[in-house]
Amino acid sequence: MRVLAAMSGGVDSAVAAARAVAAGHDVTGVHLALARNPQTYRTGARGCCTLEDSRDARRAADVIGIPFYVWDMADRFHEDVVDDFVAEYAAGRTPNPCLRCNEKIKFAAVLDRAVALGFDAVVTGHHARLGPDGLLRRSVDIAKDQSYVLAVLTREQLDRSIFPLGDSTKAQVRAEAAERGLAVADKPDSHDICFIADGDTRGFLAGRLGEAPGDVVDASTGAVVGSHSGAYAYTVGQRRGLHLDRPAPDGRPRYVLSITPKTNTVTVGPAEALEVSEVRAVRPVWTGGARPDAPVECEVQLRAHGSVVPATVALVGDTMHAELRRPVRGVAAGQAVVAYRADPAGDVVLGSATITG
Amino acid sequence: MAYLDHAATTPMLDEALEAYLATAREVGNASSLHAAGRRARRRVEESRERIAAVLGARPSEVIFTGGGTESDNLAVKGIFWARRGAGPDRRRVVSSAVEHHAVLDAVDWLAQHEGAEVGWLPVDAAGRLDPEDLRAELSAHADRVAVVTAMWANNEVGTVQPVAELAAVAAEHGVPFHTDAIQAVGQVPVDFAASGVAALTVTGHKLGGPTGVGALLLARDVAATPLLHGGGQERDVRSGTLDTAGIVAFAVAVESAVKGQQEYAARVAALRDDLIERVRRAVPEVIYNGDPTDRLPGNAHFSFPGSEGDALLLLLDAQGIACSTGSACSAGVAQPSHVLLAMGADDDRARSSLRFTLGHTSTQADIDALVAALPAAVDRARRAAALRTPR
Repeated sequence: MRVLAAMSGGVDSAVAAARAVAAGHDVTGVHLALARNPQTYRTGARGCCTLEDSRDARRAADVIGIPFYVWDMADRFHEDVVDDFVAEYAAGRTPNPCLRCNEKIKFAAVLDRAVALGFDAVVTGHHARLGPDGLLRRSVDIAKDQSYVLAVLTREQLDRSIFPLGDSTKAQVRAEAAERGLAVADKPDSHDICFIADGDTRGFLAGRLGEAPGDVVDASTGAVVGSHSGAYAYTVGQRRGLHLDRPAPDGRPRYVLSITPKTNTVTVGPAEALEVSEVRAVRPVWTGGARPDAPVECEVQLRAHGSVVPATVALVGDTMHAELRRPVRGVAAGQAVVAYRADPAGDVVLGSATITG
Repeated sequence: MAYLDHAATTPMLDEALEAYLATAREVGNASSLHAAGRRARRRVEESRERIAAVLGARPSEVIFTGGGTESDNLAVKGIFWARRGAGPDRRRVVSSAVEHHAVLDAVDWLAQHEGAEVGWLPVDAAGRLDPEDLRAELSAHADRVAVVTAMWANNEVGTVQPVAELAAVAAEHGVPFHTDAIQAVGQVPVDFAASGVAALTVTGHKLGGPTGVGALLLARDVAATPLLHGGGQERDVRSGTLDTAGIVAFAVAVESAVKGQQEYAARVAALRDDLIERVRRAVPEVIYNGDPTDRLPGNAHFSFPGSEGDALLLLLDAQGIACSTGSACSAGVAQPSHVLLAMGADDDRARSSLRFTLGHTSTQADIDALVAALPAAVDRARRAAALRTPR
């Protein structure tokens, strides 16, 4: 096949591209330039947008022996990922920009362009398995598994995707990179949101949305117990950084229960008030077989790197409804609910949807 | 492979490569006083004389440098500093909107760090400068102008400028005129003295010599403050141990290219005209950019409406065809060409452009390969461009 390897400049995508070559594909490497001004993401960033990363990707492509180009996706990235990220926080939700980037950029804008240019598929260094059965499964390296942020992909997108790393652990990938003479073998992993170089999400949002002082209200009494400088800076389940003026009447710690942009209010309460037993979500995709007519017994994961909980999942029109077998704390709107079917050969992604409440 | 990017760099001529190897085997620093040094010195001075002879300069006017970018920087900054040193009011630089970045960025640097003010000369839709614009500029500001710099021929669209006329206007006002002739030497007749310019940039690897060696021809009565300080090897204007082998090979290449210019231009222009004709037939909507007559013989530059140049480049590269978008890169991201924009093209047309440049090794087969691959590539690139969401 003629395939396009998205190369971030990191070790995973470099090894993925090398494996695609080894598998007999005709591979072309592409680095996505996502920063409008590359210098702004340069200093101290451990993400995937710096000039240095672009050079690392080019050098890896040279070593592998494949053509390499840089594609300017900065405008699309800003519209579909960065602006969306800010708008979601402003609306009181907690977005996952990596998931959004997969959905809108890597497996949409890039994939569509690749197909138009005559490529058959896109290869990435995500840690997830996608075998001949077309099912997306967790990586063998559970700690590095990225199936959660890929679960938004549709059947059409998965059919044009290749994830060569799913059967390997991160340690194996690094060892292989060293064997292949790839200089990125010991490059540190990226952790932070790539467009927030210093990791200060609250500062980034404040710069975009401005200060908006408002009240922190206790759910049990309705009393104002503190103030904040912008409700967008809070996430459901958050405990730290509340700076409450007075202790709660019951003397127990308070957590963010909800954010109400309309009244610019952050509502707090005790831990048990965070517990939810059902989750509603919208815009479902279902790739683990035919779309089910009846409720499905499975497991759900409600945030990246979160644990799974048994649940009954039903699809109704454009919504997904999950009844959890045991209550879960800190379920934030804007995150994805991903349904998995436990499987000894790797848990299978059944489907996903965006949590509304 | 069909190599259609000779304006980026062109293969070394056999005679230049042989001269390089023969000289590189010899030891000797041209500044040393012993026999080995004298031999190296002789090779350098013979090379200087050969270059001077074919380019209409005196040997003492040939200053060897590390290539075109250095020569351009030395001319623009060096003459600016020297002229401002002699008259503090002279801090204006006059340049054109279509210069290579080696000139453009040197001028910008002077503006940002040395308090230079800049007069930018416009070009017409063919990328051509009008000497009357320079006359108007100098009539208004001549006493404050340190240096005028305008290229002999454009590296992207191939337009040849009326350099002698421009230099004559500068001379009327007593202002030194520098020209970047990197793309011109060996392609069109270039005579330093007859052109009336004060300084001229030439480099080796665009005409069959090695990379990393070039020269600034600098008239004897024009002062330039050095960029590089050290041993003062080149007229005290440029320091650094001379690259004897590189200089010898450079001189061989300049001599071959200039002596063979007419024959070369006739052969390559015929191939180029065939390329244009067949590209137009294969892709009727194509726009041919640049001056149709006052043009480098090996240059063909097109806009492909509805396509993006970088997508076309990728697709042609996959078919073994090497060409260029001709534009500068920022972090590897293609920017719309400042040359096309200065010629009045909009952003989309600028981004849809490709440059094909022929050279001394070009053959009919290169053009056949391009014409065979182009229609499918344009078709695919259009489909890719159509995906773009309207902004």
